[in-house]
Amino acid sequence: MLIVLAAIAAWPLARTIWFGLTDASLDNLDAAKFVGFRNYFHVLTLESGRRYMSGLLVDPLWWAAVWNTLKFAAISVFFETVFGTIIALVLNAEFRGRGIVRAAVLVPWAVPTIVSAKMWAWMLNDQFGILNDLLMRLGILSHPVAWTASPDTALAAVLIVDIWKSTPFMALLILAGLQMLPADIYEAARVDGVHPVKVFWKITLPLIRPAMLVAMIFRTLDALRVFDLIYVLTPDNEHTQTMSVFARQNLFYFDKFAYGSAASTLLFLVIALVTILFIRLGHLNPEERR
Amino acid sequence: MRVPRPIRVVAFYLLVAGIVLESVFPFYYAVVTSFKSGQAIFHVDYWPSSFSLANYVSVLGTGHFARNILNSLIVAAATVALSLSLGVTASYALARIRFRGRRLLLFTILSVSMFPQVAVLAGLFEMVSAFRLYNSLWSLVFAYLIFTLPFTIWVLAAFMRDLPTGIEEAAIMDGASPFAIVTRIFIPMLWPAMVTTGLLAFIAAWNEFLFALTFISTDTQRTVPVAIALLSGASSFEVPWGRIMAASVIVTVPLIVLVLVFQRRIVAGLTAGGVKG
Repeated sequence: MLIVLAAIAAWPLARTIWFGLTDASLDNLDAAKFVGFRNYFHVLTLESGRRYMSGLLVDPLWWAAVWNTLKFAAISVFFETVFGTIIALVLNAEFRGRGIVRAAVLVPWAVPTIVSAKMWAWMLNDQFGILNDLLMRLGILSHPVAWTASPDTALAAVLIVDIWKSTPFMALLILAGLQMLPADIYEAARVDGVHPVKVFWKITLPLIRPAMLVAMIFRTLDALRVFDLIYVLTPDNEHTQTMSVFARQNLFYFDKFAYGSAASTLLFLVIALVTILFIRLGHLNPEERR
Repeated sequence: MRVPRPIRVVAFYLLVAGIVLESVFPFYYAVVTSFKSGQAIFHVDYWPSSFSLANYVSVLGTGHFARNILNSLIVAAATVALSLSLGVTASYALARIRFRGRRLLLFTILSVSMFPQVAVLAGLFEMVSAFRLYNSLWSLVFAYLIFTLPFTIWVLAAFMRDLPTGIEEAAIMDGASPFAIVTRIFIPMLWPAMVTTGLLAFIAAWNEFLFALTFISTDTQRTVPVAIALLSGASSFEVPWGRIMAASVIVTVPLIVLVLVFQRRIVAGLTAGGVKG
């Protein structure tokens, strides 16, 4: 098992890092030569004395991708946590038809990412989309918006779809946390006449914090490596291009295999850093994490 | 100040209705669109107004979509079989045998499941080419183990820790080999957990996009997510929305049915493994 994991994870990762330090291109993988950190940063001095800087660290497209990824991750995880908590609280209450509601909430999670991207691409369509139609009927919009194409709304469009799809996951993990809470605290709070809002902030929230944190970690790491949704919903749009999309475009489209590998390596480092940070901050223990 | 009870009840049910509507509407709309044909597609309808199977006939009858579904089934089934058989033995070791570095190993396995897939894409591409697996379904089965295996081990180990050790000790006293313990005792006791992890691994393999897009180059070898993403019309300016929605409904309905049937198991597996489909 360890050998399999090493073969499918450690070795490819090591090779990716290595390719990031070479001049590899798609058709000469074997002949790749070591070039040091040239893909990351390189100063080229011409004979005339003019100097050019190249490499990822001075590539505006790369920084745009980094910025897009961080914005995407922060906003989507924030809204998924808020909506996830609301849905979890609703599902935790006793009411008629709870089973049906719970099943309905699972639907977005069950829809494959590509399918949800396509479904929403259709709903967000500028001419025939139902969203524009709805918003215009309600008088919110005066003319149709090209959601996925215009620079101002492309990121919003991607965020809407991701939040729609991933909130159930957040809700389920938070609901699991809610269901482990002891009933007697609530009994006591009710007897003392504490206001429900205060109960939520003072009792519920602190108690479900661990479950919430775990859910947020998973979602953050997922959001940082997002690829398929953006690739399908807003292709070739530099306003939503994330680090993963940037890396893959360079690897396989622009024939800059080494450059793409270097970008992948940086993304890996970012995610590793975030993971370590979360584990330190959250004092997580894999043996207790349930 | 307290809000009167009837108002609270109404507000609560409105919230519930909003949640249900928001969750189900996009898929409902995809179904409605998939049954439209011709120009009807370009009218926004909130209720089903026409019923035509033309899109389904066209997506299944022309092109390679039926073949793509078969590919996805093969890949997902093989991935599940491999990750379950490898996962059971590994999680047995991790859950039952105390050894140095076990915690570190658990963390390593967990961190593999957090890998950005792009980070291994270049290296995997080289391996896939070196083994001449490029454009073969096996390259995908192999690549998918990278996320199904850590998750399978993780969840199975969690379930296994909760099983009583008494039966196992009795078996050891009777001289059963570790292999016999795993196959005769654990697998019968673990089958609910295996159904859960198998199902989640199946869904993950069924939905995967990045590797399937990169390692497969011909239409007949593609899996369904890539096939849907690349589905195009007669010209590049005409997007066949009706057929795309029909294809989407075809690949999604079985998943929704599976998820609803195994709802409780899946929720248990998700909370134990914290994985996203």
